[in-house]
Amino acid sequence: MKKSSLPSLIVLVIRRDLLLAMRRRADVLTTLIFFVMVVSLFPLGVGPEMDMLRKMAAGVLWVAALLSSMLSLGRLFSADYLDGTLEQMMLAPQSLSMLVLGKIAAHWIVSGLPLVLMAPVLGVQFDMPVQSLGVLIVGLLLGTPVLSMIGAIGAALTLGLRGGGVLLSLLVLPLCIPVLIFGTGAVEAVSTGLSAVSHLSLLGALFMLALVSTPWVTAQALRISME
Amino acid sequence: MLEVSNLACSRGDHRLFSGLSFSLYPGQIMQVQGENGSGKTSLLRTLCGFLMPDEGDIAWCGKSIRELDEAYYAEMLYLGHLNAIKDELNALENLRISAGLAGVELDEKEAIAALRRMGLRGRERLPTKVLSQGQRRRVALARLLVSGAKLWVLDEPLTALDVGAVAQIQELIAEHLARQGMVIFTTHQPLQVAGMEMRCLSLS
Amino acid sequence: MAINWFKYSAPTTFYGLAGKLIPWFAISSALLFAVGLYIGFVVAPVDYQQGEFYRIIFIHVPASILSMFLYLVMAGYAALGLIFNTRLSSMMATAIAPTGALFAFISLWTGALWGKPMWGAWWVWDARLTSELILLFLYLGFIALHASIDDPRRADRASALLAIVGSVNVPIIYFSVKWWNTLHQGSTIKFSGTSMHVAMQQAMFTVLVACWLYAIAVVLARVRSIILERERNTTWINELPEVRS
Repeated sequence: MKKSSLPSLIVLVIRRDLLLAMRRRADVLTTLIFFVMVVSLFPLGVGPEMDMLRKMAAGVLWVAALLSSMLSLGRLFSADYLDGTLEQMMLAPQSLSMLVLGKIAAHWIVSGLPLVLMAPVLGVQFDMPVQSLGVLIVGLLLGTPVLSMIGAIGAALTLGLRGGGVLLSLLVLPLCIPVLIFGTGAVEAVSTGLSAVSHLSLLGALFMLALVSTPWVTAQALRISME
Repeated sequence: MLEVSNLACSRGDHRLFSGLSFSLYPGQIMQVQGENGSGKTSLLRTLCGFLMPDEGDIAWCGKSIRELDEAYYAEMLYLGHLNAIKDELNALENLRISAGLAGVELDEKEAIAALRRMGLRGRERLPTKVLSQGQRRRVALARLLVSGAKLWVLDEPLTALDVGAVAQIQELIAEHLARQGMVIFTTHQPLQVAGMEMRCLSLS
Repeated sequence: MAINWFKYSAPTTFYGLAGKLIPWFAISSALLFAVGLYIGFVVAPVDYQQGEFYRIIFIHVPASILSMFLYLVMAGYAALGLIFNTRLSSMMATAIAPTGALFAFISLWTGALWGKPMWGAWWVWDARLTSELILLFLYLGFIALHASIDDPRRADRASALLAIVGSVNVPIIYFSVKWWNTLHQGSTIKFSGTSMHVAMQQAMFTVLVACWLYAIAVVLARVRSIILERERNTTWINELPEVRS
């Protein structure tokens, strides 16, 4: 037996959540399938004109990613809350914020990363040019972790409430709007021949801001919800 | 040692207890008694820092637990109504992870030894969802064996346990007290620890 | 003369004080509304570009300003309640939310009414209107979260945290929306000319003050009923003449 350090504790939390996700693969897949379905519904809704679809592609993919990530947020803390693991995490001899960061990272690997990997395939459905696709992927890589981090605050605040899922979206979606704007803006800038650097660096700034602030806020929200 | 002074706690509008003071010294054990709804669980959860007391203070070795925070958590172990066990994981994984969260890295041998001592021989690698309620509680209680914590806060540790397991827990508590540990617990079943004076705290 | 401010931060004393103040705020608000709207609708001259339509700004602009300020005031009270654990501050935050949401809604409504004659569409994705819409969402989220938690203490603390996160986000949202708007060359609501007529300024300012006073009166009244509800089991509430009868 030996005492564990902070990094090893974070790694433990990430590995645990990934292991649990592997044992419940259906949950991971449903989010991804939802993403694919929502994106595929748009051409059916607005018609198959390629020009319009090409123009819409980035927006559709981003909104769909936003909605899919809302879908999986409910699971972030609720299982641990119900079986008492969350109590034990709060009693861990390391900062709760860091454990929360570990959980958010695992959540992103399970529900955000698959969306990013799937996005190019769906982008091709919308006939997106390669350059736009590249910017879309970079944007999603920077933006989806922010969605997970902001969402974690909402998930912690709505822990154990009835109708938590819908309420969670109501709380979190407005806060995610800047991510959506900069993410789609980057693709649009590239497709109109401008540089996407400024959009992407703003996304990066949002990422850094979320990284330093949201784990702590989420930890406070969890403490409030555990009372 | 644990010092509680002038503690007051309420749930909603209802005042559960107020003016509660006691101290617990190394090697002592204390049972919290009271009817259902008298605030036993709330008291234990306040000791864990989950609930904020309305008034009063809780000090560990002379310092408020609010200030100590993680340093306090390193020295205490809490076992609540919930087992903190995942159905999808097997007993071994569950024990190693919960010990890991408590800051103790456990290798497989140590974990298996602890589970066997809790009477789970042959069940180490079964998914916990096929175990009975009592067996799951044993998996949770196995944490007592591998923890280095000085203060044990146990909320109804004996629920769902059979006679043999209860005796085992009594033995564990006696060992812990002999190591100058401290225990504060609630129970509705009789629990005797040989050769130890049981202090009682009644909430009404 | 030293005033003991902390005396009034206890719900017990605040309840009585608020009761005495409400009529003053309510009456002066009504008077100022009458004066301001009279100046705005009768005295102020017709705008050479927008004709009579522009007069809606005498309601639209004060409502927009107030909806934004009230969010900050609400977040401020919520933060006070969270940090110092003062019950009254959390009650104030809860009481402000519906009024703030109302002003956000009025601002959107009047914005739409203005948009129709100006651009021929009820809704334009103007940066300010869009931000106002998001602000309304933030208010609704705050109210919904507070309403769905039964334990008042957890409700206060959870929604306080949300309000603080929201208030940090408001500038980010505003600038991102503004940027998005300029990128798409959308329409922007601009008041024609740089110099406003003196009567217009007077009307706008008077209505703004009237809105403030109205908000204060309504919030105080709401805080009083929240105090009554939360403290219903205490003796001082049961000894109040209005409760006993």
